[in-house]
Parts: sequence; C-alpha cells; structure tokens
Amino acid sequence: MLKGYTCIVCPNGCEIKADIEEGRVISIDGALCPKGKQYVWQELTDPRRNIASSVLVENGVLPLVSVRLDKAIPKNKIFDVMEEIKKARLGAPIKSGQVVIQDVLHLGSNVIATKNVDAV
Amino acid sequence: MTAEEKDVVIIGGGPAGLGAAVELYRKGIRNILIIEREKNLGGILRQCIHDGFGLNRFHQTLSGPEYAQRFIDQVEELHIPYLTNATVIHISADKTVMVASEKGILQYHARAIILAMGCRERTRGAISIPGTRPSGIYTAGVAQSYINLYNKMVGRKVVVLGSGDIGMIMARRLTLEGAEVKAVFEIQPYPSGLPRNIQQCLKDYDIPLFLNHTVTRIQGDSRLKAVTVAQVDDEMNPIPGTEKEYFCDTLILSVGLIPENELSLSAGVDLDSRTKGAVADENCQTNVEGVFAAGNVLHVHDLVDFVSAESERMADAVAQYIHNDSLEDCGLNIKTDRNIAYTVPQKISGKKDFVLSLRVKRPLKDCRINVTQNEKVKKTIKMRKALPANMIQLPIKKETLDSQTDLEVRVTC
Repeated sequence: MLKGYTCIVCPNGCEIKADIEEGRVISIDGALCPKGKQYVWQELTDPRRNIASSVLVENGVLPLVSVRLDKAIPKNKIFDVMEEIKKARLGAPIKSGQVVIQDVLHLGSNVIATKNVDAV
Repeated sequence: MTAEEKDVVIIGGGPAGLGAAVELYRKGIRNILIIEREKNLGGILRQCIHDGFGLNRFHQTLSGPEYAQRFIDQVEELHIPYLTNATVIHISADKTVMVASEKGILQYHARAIILAMGCRERTRGAISIPGTRPSGIYTAGVAQSYINLYNKMVGRKVVVLGSGDIGMIMARRLTLEGAEVKAVFEIQPYPSGLPRNIQQCLKDYDIPLFLNHTVTRIQGDSRLKAVTVAQVDDEMNPIPGTEKEYFCDTLILSVGLIPENELSLSAGVDLDSRTKGAVADENCQTNVEGVFAAGNVLHVHDLVDFVSAESERMADAVAQYIHNDSLEDCGLNIKTDRNIAYTVPQKISGKKDFVLSLRVKRPLKDCRINVTQNEKVKKTIKMRKALPANMIQLPIKKETLDSQTDLEVRVTC
C-alpha cells in the first residue's frame, strides 16, 4: 500500500511516498537523504514529537521561562506532558538548559528551560 | 550635539545584528555598537520558543531563545558594546545615527551602518477585511508574544487566516494551551509556510487547512463573534454562494512579513519592490555607500541559520570596507524570468564569490534553475520540487564569471 508522508526532520520537508506491506517499509521515494526512510519507519511504528511551552516563574524578571523536551516523546503523550508542564513552577534565577521536570511521566525525556531568567 | 565616532553602528540586536557584530569583532573591527530597541538582545527569537532552529549551523535542533543565546553569549564574552531600550529614530546618508534612549537623545557618526531591523507583520489593514472592528484580531507574532512572553492567553475559539509559518506554529501553540483552532484558511492555491509545519503544526492536531479560501467579513461588537469565509477564484476574488460562517472569538493573521525599512529610506536607500528590502550588491551594500543590510530587513528568510550566515558574509565585506575605505564596484545586474520571485543580491561585480539567494514564484516540480551569463550556464541545480516557502541558495564562484555582462536566472521545467 502506498502512503504519503511529509518528513519533518529538516526544513526541506521532503514529500515521501512509501510502499508499506504488513507494517514494513518495502520501498520509499522522494527523500533527499537517508533520514527520510528512518522517519517513515518511526512514523509507522512509534511516532514521536518534541514540544515547547512555558513554565511560570516566581521571583523572576520575566513571568515565564520557555521550555522544551530534550528528547522526543510519543505523539499520543503530548497533552499528558502539557498537563505536567502546566503544573510546574520555577524560582529564578534560571539557566538555559536547567532541568525543569526530570524524566517527565517516565517517558525518558526531561523538560528543560531554554532561556536565562534572572531573579528580581 | 556632538556625534560619537564609531567604525560601525549596527541597528537591531536580533540574529542578523548579533551575527554581524561577532564576525566584525573577529575581523578586528572593534569600535562598534549594537543598538536594540527592546529591553534584551535576541530579537524575534526570544518569543519563538518552538524548536527547529540551528539544524544547519549547529547540527542540532534548538528553540529560538537558545539559538539567540549562543550569539548573545559571544557578544558578552567579547565585550561588544550594545545599547538596549534604545530606538534609532533617524539615519542620514552621511551615516549619522540619531537614537532615543533612556539617557536622552544620542548621536553617532559611523564609517559604516548595518541595517538589521528585521521585518514586521502585515495586518488586517494591509489586506482590508470588511466588517466591524472588534477585539480578538491579532497578527500571529503579536499573539505569540502575548502567550510566550507575557503569559496572556489570547482566546479560546480560533480561526487562522494565512498559512505562514508563524500562523501554523501559533495554531499548534494555541491548541497545546487548550484553545480550539477551527481551521487555517489560505487565499493562495498553495501554502505559504514550510511543508514540515503543515505536518507537525496542523495535521498532527487535526487542524484543517483550506487553500483558495479567505475571510470576507468580520462580525462582533466589542469582541469578535464570527468570521465569514469564502472560496476564491483564480483571481483571488470571493465566489458568491460559497460563504460559510465560523464562530470564533479570535482571528490570527499570518498574511505575510514586510522588511522594516523606514530608517533605510531616511538615508536614501533604494528598495526593491519584490523583496521590499534594499537593492543590495554581493557585499550586502545598498546604493548608499557604507550602508549595508542583512537578515529579514533585506529579504524575509524562512531559516534563521541563513540569516546568521548572510550577516557574517556581510560583516566580512564591511570589515574589508573599513580597512580599504571602498569595495569593488558592482555594475552587473541579476535578471530573472517570470518563475523567479526575486534574487538577493540584485547586483554583482563578477569578481567575487557570492551566495545567490532566490525564491520561486509558484510551486514547481522537476525543474532546473540555471544561472547564465552570455547564454552560457554558469551554475545549475535540479529540483524535484521548488516551493515559494523554501529559499534557495546557490554559491557562485568568481572563476565561472566574467565581469562584463549581466547574470540571468532562468527556470526550465
């Protein structure tokens, strides 16, 4: 069965056509690099995404610190992880790269700060 | 008022200004100043908290603030001087820069000026949507700053007009924050943002994208209540009978970016009607000698990685200009056919390596882009697909060029 994918690995956004039989990638067409095939296989077996959001800051010169995940998580866990991020609070000062939530929901990924926020 | 003398004044502390400053410093040009109107350096990246930045440059995917911080850290380490909360209000052709700052009005006289002011968003006024004037209508970047910088949620039921990258990224961001994003409407027959954003910002969240559609009426008194959407014909005119109403309290506009060039005009810089940025040569120099431009003020980029690279190439030329007091004359034009939206630079000398940036006007499949001089192909690239959303960059070697005839960029399909 032919299935279409848009690769999200890089900004090229290759439109990939993949021939898939019984959950296996038989052949692919349209990818400019080998990462395309890996992406299709990942999408087929275990689609993952990174997400970015913000966490409330106490005592900081900014009300929010931006955060992201240091590893992609299963796509169907995005909203569960968002709930955890919403619950978090962080006191300033904050350094970019600082872990905000360790191993969020035991998914093997940390929520990390992506901005420096000084204390008031 | 006496003007303080500087080798280079850089207007704007976003990625273009920061990249230029660090590169100038490395080339030994130290009497420089970055002037930034916001409280912090970093420019628009500060509010772009999503990831995907830096893949070309750092071979990893960073958020906007992280990408900016890598340059800010270098500015701090090198002790490159900068002013924040300082707005340049005028520049003149003799390279005098007037600044409104917390210390009052400041004046600088520079041997070279770098324009790095970025771009701004097109608004409702720019596309003239009929209807009432309720609250709840935001450009995508304004909504992004409310949510990501000020912790203010903009609305609950959202329609997005325009499929620019920021609009799609905000559709995802609003969904993650609990809003219901009903649809994205695009007047053109193709999306204006990158394909990966259609996948990861819209399809991932089941947000429909309607091409050939636009908002034809805005309803609501104090707050937006609904928008009317209609299909458009080949000339982008609404087709009667196709109207549909969408109830929403928020309309996000992602309908294009315009380089911010009011200051450039005050110095006498000529703009290109296609890019809305300066007409630039291979050194990123404008028609006003000693005034240079890079980044989104020159032409709107899709990737910040390209902005950084462009600003560094410009800075190398600026350093050369400061050392030699002039640069090679660029008398050759770069002409384009009807499939090419624009090129940067628009002028070259034929005696220097340069990077040709261009966009196609409409989506093309299995085409070849040829750079020719005297009917001879000097550079060619085969593209399986070429989209207006993806800037194409071609490095051109001086050895392939002559310095007598104009260059032409043509597409064959």
